[in-house]
Amino acid sequence: MDLQQFQDTEFPVPTELQSNVAITSLSKLYNWGRRNSMWPMLFGLACCAIEMIATASSRFDLSRFGMEVMRATPRQADLMIVSGTVTKKMIVPIVRLYNQMPEPKYVLAMGACASGGGPFKEGYNVVSGIDKYIPVDVYVPGCPPTPQALLYGLIALQKKIDGQSLANMDDVPWYGVGPSEPTPVPILGPDIIDPRQMHIIRQQAERAAQGLPAGVRELPAIPQPEKKKVPAKTGQGAAAADGEMDPAKAERLRKREAALARKRAREAAKKQQGEG
Amino acid sequence: MTDIAPDQDLTAVDIDGALDYLKQRFPDAVREDDREGYSGIIVDKDKLVDVATTIRDELGFNYLSSATAVDYLGISDHMEMVYHTYRISGGGALVFKAQTDREKAELPSLVPVWKGADFQEREAYDLFGIRFEGHPNLRRILLWEGFDGHPMRKDWKEAYYEQDHKPFDSRWPAGWVHRAEERTPYGKNVRYPDNLDLSRLVDVSEEDVYQSLGLGVDVQQLDSDDIATERLLVNMGPHHPSTHGVFRMVVTMNGETIEKLEPVMGYLHRNHEKIGERNTFLHNMPFTDRLDYISSMGNNFGYALAVEQLLSRGARYDAPTYRAEVIRVLMAELTRIVNHLWAIGFWLNDLGAFFTPVLYFIEERERILDFFEAVAGSRMMCNYMRFGGVAKDLPERLHSVANLVNDKVRDYNTMQYLTELITERIPRTIEELEEYLSENEIIKARSIGYGYLSPEDAIQYSTAGPLLRGSGIPYDVRRAEPYSIYPELDFDIAVRDEGDMYARYLVRVEEMWQSVRILKQILPRLERTQGEPIMAGKPQHTPRVPLGEAYGRVENPKGELGFYVVSAGDPKGPQNPWRYHVRAPSFINLTPLGLMCQNHKVADIVAILGSIDIVLGETDR
Repeated sequence: MDLQQFQDTEFPVPTELQSNVAITSLSKLYNWGRRNSMWPMLFGLACCAIEMIATASSRFDLSRFGMEVMRATPRQADLMIVSGTVTKKMIVPIVRLYNQMPEPKYVLAMGACASGGGPFKEGYNVVSGIDKYIPVDVYVPGCPPTPQALLYGLIALQKKIDGQSLANMDDVPWYGVGPSEPTPVPILGPDIIDPRQMHIIRQQAERAAQGLPAGVRELPAIPQPEKKKVPAKTGQGAAAADGEMDPAKAERLRKREAALARKRAREAAKKQQGEG
Repeated sequence: MTDIAPDQDLTAVDIDGALDYLKQRFPDAVREDDREGYSGIIVDKDKLVDVATTIRDELGFNYLSSATAVDYLGISDHMEMVYHTYRISGGGALVFKAQTDREKAELPSLVPVWKGADFQEREAYDLFGIRFEGHPNLRRILLWEGFDGHPMRKDWKEAYYEQDHKPFDSRWPAGWVHRAEERTPYGKNVRYPDNLDLSRLVDVSEEDVYQSLGLGVDVQQLDSDDIATERLLVNMGPHHPSTHGVFRMVVTMNGETIEKLEPVMGYLHRNHEKIGERNTFLHNMPFTDRLDYISSMGNNFGYALAVEQLLSRGARYDAPTYRAEVIRVLMAELTRIVNHLWAIGFWLNDLGAFFTPVLYFIEERERILDFFEAVAGSRMMCNYMRFGGVAKDLPERLHSVANLVNDKVRDYNTMQYLTELITERIPRTIEELEEYLSENEIIKARSIGYGYLSPEDAIQYSTAGPLLRGSGIPYDVRRAEPYSIYPELDFDIAVRDEGDMYARYLVRVEEMWQSVRILKQILPRLERTQGEPIMAGKPQHTPRVPLGEAYGRVENPKGELGFYVVSAGDPKGPQNPWRYHVRAPSFINLTPLGLMCQNHKVADIVAILGSIDIVLGETDR
């Protein structure tokens, strides 16, 4: 074990003792323990799960980061890798699983679908991003992300853990006083219902009952691209356009013309040779 | 019209003859489908069951491949069920359709004729709202009970609906990009009906599942056995390490013996078909990758075949070049090996050999994926085939990890890499697999005699792939209705008669050997065609697709994968499929799961599910 990583600059240790003694903060030691034994939940949703399995296999080898212990039960896992498209039917068990995970817990959204809906975003049964329901720590783009990308995401998560301090309750709310609130589990009604949005649903239903249109924010108008005026290319018009032209551009055009002429001459010569 | 002699063997007449026979037999109920580009017959819905029985029993079209609905709103304002039936001995499809009113959509159920229609009719009910009279369990299958409306109807709009056809005007050519969330009041992908009853926002989907099992209805009868054992209801999934994804089985058990099993799916229903109808024809190609995400090349192949069938009726059509066909078969067979290695590995996981065999097989898989990546640009989602050919030619050189020990990336000559892979590495792996597993005491004890499916049931339930061939039916689309260059290739259909899990395992192993045999014949063809064009004609982004319907099917590793594509509407207008349906083998192969699991133990149903080899992206679509 390399003790250097723990050394706190505030309290220097004599050089000859540095390989045996380290003075450090509790947060550092604690984070070191946590970051190197993240246990992901054995939990695959879609295509990305296949790449997640490939990441765990020998070629990419997740165990280099202390993460090879995939637990099938949420109660033994620290990290939820949301690997794939989250559907409305599936979000209910996912939120339930998230609530069952003991704290401290982290969520990694793997792939385009889990991060924001991906190619299936417009689908009627697709949740456009898991972060609409549960908090996400790391997003890994890709469709699916390569195993290397997933590893990069996991290293990013480790860095995030390194930066957390036990003294700062905003960083680690789970060390606060009292139990933390579970995320409300969505309901499968006529469409998926987020209990946190009940007031908007009521509002909208009232509007509909009064015959008012739904309260959608208006989109800004689409800016129309300005059409460029094409100068006339005959007679004086063309000359005038030439006169106004930027000298650098004129120079480029002239060179291009010359190059084209040379090319044509070359081709003509070749042709003649061929015929000869 | 040809007259059919009374003593003629009807199970041998060709499709035209069969259609003529049906027209003679049911003159009032059967008429020809004479719409442009359509084939088959339209059957009056009152006589549908009779006609279907005749087709099955007298004409011998005993295999119902696909049953799906189409909504013709704005064209002829009716709904239609389309059935594709085949003879199990091979040959083309007999297509018949039944039409119904959109408002009061009702049709007789064909489950009494083909049990394989069960899930497919439930899907049509779920997504189109067609009620099937006589269906034993007509409930929603992909969505949940209580969902508002039937989303595949043409007049049903999603929350993020912008326009009927892509590319959307706001994106192209205007170039305006926005987040769809900003257009809904909730900031989420939700839409509620206008007459939303706020007092009834409760989840009824669970009750519904349990009701269908008849649980808690007759407790007295349940407890009247001789030996007092406790009856249990166990939910396996959707989060369960053994269900190969987000699949759920609700099981009632007597002690540890399975009494009834109800598969619950739709946890990965990502609206493939609805999105597919908004897309252009070419847009759908990358989406097919995400169906059966372990064998994406095979999916590309099936979709390309279906659309090429449509295109071939047009004025300007170039068939795929020979080199393109060779490359397609190369990819399809490599995919088959990848898939079967994966399937066997995970089936062994289910039997308790936790991840050790998988790690052995993943090594070869990675090598094949390296090749895919070099050719198509992506490891899994290859998006490689196009209408009339393939996207890119094989590169001259490719990079791969030479061996897994020192992790060094090396540069290879592609042909040399392929030759080594096909003639040495893959055979070595399959040999090793056979040596360790085929005679393994534990595997034989766990799998022989378990999960039995009789040949009759295999056909009745419309199963396909290794499940069908493991039950003694030598049906392989590559031979039954050959496509691409398969007729000139030399290979056998792997088949076993036992019908149990072990038979399916052996079929998979044998199929890998046959794939290696095909690949060895492909190698010289690749050498010979080097430098030839890989694309017929000019690559087109929006090909003009003639009106009509087409059903393209391929033998995918998991079974028969079919694409039913309809091009309808304005021929000069946007070029989008009117209907895009996927006949998913993983979905239909699950129909007999309950039957196969009956009277087995809990530990066995996990393995039986593994032996079917499903992929949820395809099951739920």
